[in-house]
Amino acid sequence: MSFKAIINELFGLFVDDGSLAVNLLVWTVCAGATLVLLADGGVWQAPLMTAGYLAILIENVLRSARESKSS
Amino acid sequence: MAEFDWAIIGGAAAGPYFIAAFLASLVEFVEAMTIILAVGTTRGWRPALLGAATGAVLLIVLVVLLGPALRLIPIAVLQLFIGVLLLLFGMRWLRKAMLRSCGVIALHDEVQIFDEETKQLRDAGAVSIAGVDVIGFITTFKATVLEGLEVVFIVIAIGAGGGMLLPASLGAAAALVLVVALGLALHRPLARVPENALKFTVGILITTFGVFWIGEGLGLAWPGDDWALLWLALVILAASLATVRRVQVRLAVAP
Repeated sequence: MSFKAIINELFGLFVDDGSLAVNLLVWTVCAGATLVLLADGGVWQAPLMTAGYLAILIENVLRSARESKSS
Repeated sequence: MAEFDWAIIGGAAAGPYFIAAFLASLVEFVEAMTIILAVGTTRGWRPALLGAATGAVLLIVLVVLLGPALRLIPIAVLQLFIGVLLLLFGMRWLRKAMLRSCGVIALHDEVQIFDEETKQLRDAGAVSIAGVDVIGFITTFKATVLEGLEVVFIVIAIGAGGGMLLPASLGAAAALVLVVALGLALHRPLARVPENALKFTVGILITTFGVFWIGEGLGLAWPGDDWALLWLALVILAASLATVRRVQVRLAVAP
């Protein structure tokens, strides 16, 4: 097994649909920066971050299903 | 019979870590076992078991070499880094399990994989070194290393952020014992394991830990503190099931 194949296998552990991975990472950076900068210790911050992740997942699944139906 | 003292491995709080590592590792070990059984029945048990054992030794060496390095990383950085990896890993599983539940992509079929693997292995030529079939050896070595790497990642990622490496390791070890015992008893791929339901559950658990560790790493306060793991899992489960239902309804009414 080549080095490239090993890297591809490791990458594939975390990334299947590129847009899902990118959106999750972008939201993590945005939510992290915004929530930490606005830190007031409020208990709404962590649930808000969670809601963002769920919205990304739901949008991705709905879009994947729509695209598979039209293809 | 003396009752097992859960305090040894972290008390009742260790339960979620044990269960998450057990279920996630179970899926990986079932996949590795399918390949090992295919090699064993077509190329012989000697190369199959030698390849799997060599792969396991390589993984143990990796863990022994890299494991202590985790202690050098500040806990908040470790939680954030591991949280992001768990989130990507868990969401990837959850997304696929949701699409499989909707019928958008085909279910994973261990019997079909076993049949395809055995056909390829039968068709492959014979190459031996020191009396060991090279193709059989490499096939099980690769399967053990790749699936095993996922188990190592799961155990470290679930356990390291909260000092729960021992219960997570015990969960993976229990899954290994179960799969090996079933493999020895049946000598057939474990086709009756409800794999998509298992992957759905594991996707939710791993995603839950990922989101939780990211929040901890960022210093956010979770309502309910550690109990947030429970409500997070329930919220992610509810959202996932509702999305699957919505897609199923849409596909059913589509012309």
